[in-house]
Amino acid sequence: MRAVITVAGKDRVGIIANVTQALAKQNVNVLDITQTILPPDFFTMVMLVDAGQASIPFGELADQMAELGQQMGMDIRAQREDTFQAMHRI
Amino acid sequence: MVNSSEILQTIHMFDQQHLDIRTITMGISLLDCAHPDPKAACQKIYDKICRRAENLVAVGQTIEKEFGIPIVNKRVSVTPISLVAAASDTADYVPFAAALDKAAKAVGINFIGGFSALVQKGATQSDLKLIASIPEALATTELVCSSVNVGSTKAGINMDAVAEMGRVIKKTADLTASSGGFGCAKLVVFANAVEDNPFMAGAFHGAGEPECVINVGISGPGVVHHALQQVKGQPFDVVAETIKKTAFRITRMGQLVAREASARLDVPFGIVDLSLAPTPAIGDSVARILEEMGLEVCGTHGTTAALALLNDAVKKGGVMASNHVGGLSGAFIPVSEDEGMIAAAQQGALGLDKLEAMTCVCSVGLDMIAVPGDTSAETLSAIIADEAAIGMVNAKTTAVRLIPAPGKQVGDTVEFGGLLGSAPVIPVHPFSSALFIQRGGRIPAPMQSLKN
Repeated sequence: MRAVITVAGKDRVGIIANVTQALAKQNVNVLDITQTILPPDFFTMVMLVDAGQASIPFGELADQMAELGQQMGMDIRAQREDTFQAMHRI
Repeated sequence: MVNSSEILQTIHMFDQQHLDIRTITMGISLLDCAHPDPKAACQKIYDKICRRAENLVAVGQTIEKEFGIPIVNKRVSVTPISLVAAASDTADYVPFAAALDKAAKAVGINFIGGFSALVQKGATQSDLKLIASIPEALATTELVCSSVNVGSTKAGINMDAVAEMGRVIKKTADLTASSGGFGCAKLVVFANAVEDNPFMAGAFHGAGEPECVINVGISGPGVVHHALQQVKGQPFDVVAETIKKTAFRITRMGQLVAREASARLDVPFGIVDLSLAPTPAIGDSVARILEEMGLEVCGTHGTTAALALLNDAVKKGGVMASNHVGGLSGAFIPVSEDEGMIAAAQQGALGLDKLEAMTCVCSVGLDMIAVPGDTSAETLSAIIADEAAIGMVNAKTTAVRLIPAPGKQVGDTVEFGGLLGSAPVIPVHPFSSALFIQRGGRIPAPMQSLKN
């Protein structure tokens, strides 16, 4: 099952490392990453991941991501890709 | 794959523009709960709701989490209780409301609708008992919503029921005076009521519905408002097109949630109701959409035309996004639940007469409007009759949810809190309609009813 992870907040060292580490720990495979910085330092990242083989239910993974976001002082969310497909693709 | 700007656009809609699914409503047939012993009937009702809706809240929460789509309410609608209780040997239907309330609390839902009667052409003994029980039922329960259908395009208007409902509203306000007449916020008087409406307080599970069904009501005035801010000064063709595209996107969320909920609960999917349902939060207002079209304040001249365009474009955009559209579908204009409507009413820009005109072109009717506490039952009935006439002639659903706020005068405000918001008390006409209401009888069905 594919999912989208979005990360937004003030840029700093190690954001991608922290997020991918947390994903790897739950056996979630990263398929694609797009990352931009809006001047001066607003970090936005969108990741497409495969959570089909994840070691925990997806709802729990979403909770873990939100929690990690809180620890890092950023907004991190994990949502099933269907949400975006449904809205933007006929 | 969806590109990142589209993903961020969706997230902005949830985050900053208040996009949410307003409700997943499970419709449950209670026809098999009829029993001569009212206690046994109530037990069967309680057991069936608890069995059917056992997982509704948990499934709603899981979908919310996995898809990242806020789902505000989980609700249940049931067969009109006047049909279920008819077989029971009792004159007091309040215990049926108590059973609904207890079941609603047991399964953790936000509201339960269906303490209802359909009397557009005439009332059965059971309908009369139910209507007589409404004030006490609403005063003694928390989550039960009640509705009565008094007219339809096919049947005309039952003016005896209209007269009675004026008195029922007054009594309900009196019995719930300590909470500003809150009971009246849970009571809707309909014409052309629909059987698959997921929105409260008017939801019930019609007799033509299946055993159990999932209906979903969407929301999203803030998203439409935001989209219109990007097309300032453009002609109405562009406005309509922008609303259509936005409504399509919003409705697709509803369709996704409906499909998932239906599959996970193993209950058939009924309809998506593509209504724009406002909340008292800033940035979630239908009135502000109308103002964005160029009106200084909602309620001024041009408001009806703006609302007509909005209502139509929402339907056109939404209808392709879902395989079954139903319910009320359109734009709601509940005054107390809409930050912009509240502001317009407080400024005196929005009165009952303009609201009545607006109900000719919006999805429902006079909704969540506080009027002075000393408004007579006959005046309330006359307002209901006007609204039912609009529904009857235009073959649309109309509804009246008025709160004659006990002890309050024009200029006061009634606070309900939460999604129900706060209602500025607005004036009614001071001239009497009593002799009109006292006539009783039926207003015949209009020519529009003879379509065969």
